[in-house]
Amino acid sequence: MAENVIDRAARATPPLVAQKVKGLSDRAIAWIFVAPTIAILLAINIFPLIWTVYLSFTNFRVNRPNSDIEWVGLRNYERILGDPDVWITMQATAHFLIWTIVCQVLIGFTLAYLINKKFKGNDLWTTIIVFPMMLSPAVVGNFWTFLYQPQIGLFNYIVGFVTGADPSSFSMIGEVSLAPWAIVIVDTWMWTPFVMLICLAGLRSIPDSIYEAAECDRASKWRQFWTITIPMILPFLMLAVLFRGIENFKMFDLVVQLTGGGPGNTTTLTSIDLKREAFEKWRTGYSSAYAVILFVTVFGLASIYVKALNKVKQR
Amino acid sequence: MKNRMMNSAATIGLLLGAGLAGTALTTTSAQAADLTLCWAAWDPANALVEMSKDFEAQSGHNMSFEFVPWPNFADRMLNELNSGGTLCDLLIGDSQWIGGAAENGQYVKLNDFFDQEGIDMADFLPATVTGYAEWPKNTPNYYALPAYADVVGWTYRKDWFERPELQAEFKEKYGRDLGVPNTLAELKDIAEFFQGREIDGKTVYGAAIYTERGSEGITMGVTNALYNYGFLYEDPENPYELEGFVNSEGAIEALEFYKELYDCCTPPGASDAYMSQNIDAYKSGQVAMQMNFAFIWPGVEADPNVGGGKSGYFANPAGPAGQFAQLGGQGISVVANSDNKDAALEYIKWFAQKDVQQKWWDVGGASAMRAVVEDPGFASSQPFARTFLDSMAIVKDFWAEPAYASLLLPMQERIHNYVVAGNGTAKEALDGLVKDWDEVFEDEGKK
Amino acid sequence: MSFSVTEPSPRQKWIAGILVVGYALITMLPLLWIVATGFKSSADSIAYPPKILFEPTVEGYVNVFTTQTRLSNEMAQEPRENLPWYEQLVREKGNTIVGQSRYTERFFNSVIIGFGSTFFAIVLGTAAAYAFSRFKVPLKDDLLFFILSTRMMPPIAVAIPIFLMFRNLGLNDTHAGMILLYTAINLSLAVWLINGFIDEIPIEYEEAALIDGYTRFQAFYKVVLPQAATGIASTAIFCLIFAWNEYALAVLLTSGTAQTAPPFIPTIIGVGGQDWPAVAAGATIFLVPVMVFTILLRKHLLRGITFGAVRK
Repeated sequence: MAENVIDRAARATPPLVAQKVKGLSDRAIAWIFVAPTIAILLAINIFPLIWTVYLSFTNFRVNRPNSDIEWVGLRNYERILGDPDVWITMQATAHFLIWTIVCQVLIGFTLAYLINKKFKGNDLWTTIIVFPMMLSPAVVGNFWTFLYQPQIGLFNYIVGFVTGADPSSFSMIGEVSLAPWAIVIVDTWMWTPFVMLICLAGLRSIPDSIYEAAECDRASKWRQFWTITIPMILPFLMLAVLFRGIENFKMFDLVVQLTGGGPGNTTTLTSIDLKREAFEKWRTGYSSAYAVILFVTVFGLASIYVKALNKVKQR
Repeated sequence: MKNRMMNSAATIGLLLGAGLAGTALTTTSAQAADLTLCWAAWDPANALVEMSKDFEAQSGHNMSFEFVPWPNFADRMLNELNSGGTLCDLLIGDSQWIGGAAENGQYVKLNDFFDQEGIDMADFLPATVTGYAEWPKNTPNYYALPAYADVVGWTYRKDWFERPELQAEFKEKYGRDLGVPNTLAELKDIAEFFQGREIDGKTVYGAAIYTERGSEGITMGVTNALYNYGFLYEDPENPYELEGFVNSEGAIEALEFYKELYDCCTPPGASDAYMSQNIDAYKSGQVAMQMNFAFIWPGVEADPNVGGGKSGYFANPAGPAGQFAQLGGQGISVVANSDNKDAALEYIKWFAQKDVQQKWWDVGGASAMRAVVEDPGFASSQPFARTFLDSMAIVKDFWAEPAYASLLLPMQERIHNYVVAGNGTAKEALDGLVKDWDEVFEDEGKK
Repeated sequence: MSFSVTEPSPRQKWIAGILVVGYALITMLPLLWIVATGFKSSADSIAYPPKILFEPTVEGYVNVFTTQTRLSNEMAQEPRENLPWYEQLVREKGNTIVGQSRYTERFFNSVIIGFGSTFFAIVLGTAAAYAFSRFKVPLKDDLLFFILSTRMMPPIAVAIPIFLMFRNLGLNDTHAGMILLYTAINLSLAVWLINGFIDEIPIEYEEAALIDGYTRFQAFYKVVLPQAATGIASTAIFCLIFAWNEYALAVLLTSGTAQTAPPFIPTIIGVGGQDWPAVAAGATIFLVPVMVFTILLRKHLLRGITFGAVRK
């Protein structure tokens, strides 16, 4: 995505045939074509965003239609940032974010590397591996609670079979020490193919000639890997991390179905916390401020990251 | 769909007309309406569907139903009310919603209607009137008709309790007979006794209790211990004064008790269990006892594995500070946003009749009407009827404040965090709860 | 093939192949388990140890499409021979069918909302993408980037103002509301992807057409659209899959009328206790179309999931 913005900014608008054409002028067509999209964006994106910012300074509550809306200034923001529970959810989110990315990058890259060995039938197996990420996280997440059930769950059974532990002796989503990993496992299962596909594209974009040249210089395979493969696919990897980071920062459906944020609040990611504030406690003003904070965080982190990504690409 | 819209339009017209005439409470409308009744998806709801066929035949209205499973029920329905939806004409909403729904004008106030139709709240069990119909509590302002009386009680494996070898072993170990526990402490002994025991070649466990995190489960469970050890929601003299009542010595002891019970005597993986998980654990022969709302009892009796005399029932046992049980159950209300209020009121009128209420009990519902439950034959009508009556006499309910959800969520979190996740101490959990609740009441302008 | 230093040895290929196939099999296990559970009886579904071989039954499929209640004593005595096969199946478990479940409705809501929003997103998105690709649109890059920003917001955050807006407009729990919302969200993907596809079509084609006397609109319609057709089609499938899978907004903004399948499937329960075969049956019916689409999309998969940032 970042790539496209930059590419396009660099490229001048293509020269058009400078002749008067029949029918509507280009300018008119441009407007007719773009206007509906702009209108929808204004209505569904921009206007609500402005409304959210406004609400974040009030004590408005959706379930209290009869009470007055008061202007409370920055109080909602102060309360959120000063609330230790919010920081706990941030930590849970960070744990989830970091570990899913680490696992997915490691496994995804390895898989891409192996698939790039072009064994027979690699296309077919690539497609099979991709399935999980195309499916509905809510539906699949719900089913994983079944797989995670002690004793009767397939996951516990297999772990028990492999390690010799009693399958009913541990509960992936019931224990504080395991639940954060339970969600990392399912997310990794779902989204590793995403990183894999991007890495695969990266690997395939490296021209053979570079390796051939390195071979002539008698560079070892190991050295080729670190001096050619890794630097060449770094921009791709970083892009994958960007996408996964944004996606998992938003994570709601999968985890809410898996653990509901429990046990206690061990897996209460920010999205889940926000949902409770906004749609269970109905503290609309407060949760609007929460939403604005999250939005600024994602946007801020993403822009810094995109800058870094561009630097890497320019090298 | 189109039909429904046409009807809605017609009903709006009718309502406008009625409004001009000075009353919106015309209870006999010639118009056949499509009524939607919203409730939780559970056994009693299916029984209500069957029963409602009589109403359809008599009134000419069509009934449809929207049932939502318990874990999603509050979320979905409160969302529906707050979004100003018109899905539900009738809502059998949970008891704690009444404050919010009344204050925000989401339920129709029923006083005039009751007066007009001669429906008297004195005909219903007092606890259910207070619990399901009144707001503010203990004032004669009614927003619902008690529809389904429910309370937390216990089910146990009578067939196991009666085994001579187990009885002998229990007596030797605890110096008393193995039977229905009189106190919560005794209940824990029994649960410990069964935990991990081999019965008929299967490992069984002590008790299935509520531990669910996502909606209200663990709160509905832990309160059965809290009340009986002296927990109070507020200073009886001084409303909304929590310190020393919510986190009293007794309350701390109660919470520790509940955690011990969870740690010692529940089946593996019972970290997120509510009604259906406990039913499963019990019916599959995993546990000797289960905590659950009384609604499950007809199903237990009818079950091929554990029914037909194999199960017994008892009210929540006493603790050092008395004997109470968590109130469940719901009243039926007319949604203020409905386009079919008249027809909905007709349904309530039909439902409030003595013979309909009697049938309601017979098909597996739970009537709150005194004429039904105080009938001399009632206590022997079902094996669990006596326990049901005893339990209904000792009920207490959670906050029914408009801010109910904001009060429930921190309780779910604090309690689950201590009992299941094992973080911190019971005192810390309850102190934290006082802090959370104080904040809510401050926000509400109540203190 | 001539020897090349970059061509892996046959041994390497073997090892790589085995590892990848091994991973693929493990990753497929949960999905196969969903499909298998759909054909188990409820007793088999919760058997310990988990059953790999079992006697298949369509009980789960019957359960997911019907609502049932416990059989009364009188009904249990009735002869069963003349009942339809599904009623017989249900009666063996001591239940009786009282009606259709909501599953079919929810499934078709998913279809209507999915196809509806895809249609609008593609029509509007193609037009906008063409304009962005071929004309000088002021603030083009900012606009494009902003279009994308909605995808960065957590859906719950988006839902707060949308909930209020829909409430005021009476759009909560309506098909129209959900179509509008998903259209808006899918538009960003549609504009970005189709923009990329149109950029790849050499501008000379259009110029030739314009010289031949086509109007600009005709050139777009007769020259550009056919060229971009496969790209647009795969974009459409991506939009459809997004709308199909979306959960957070659906769970908050829909209820009885316009609820789609993802918020519904996890709430499928049976008569007393969770009926996993029914959940699995519902899930299978819901997931299989997406698997088919995934196979169709193979070529453009990468481009779709990265908003066109990576093109093969």
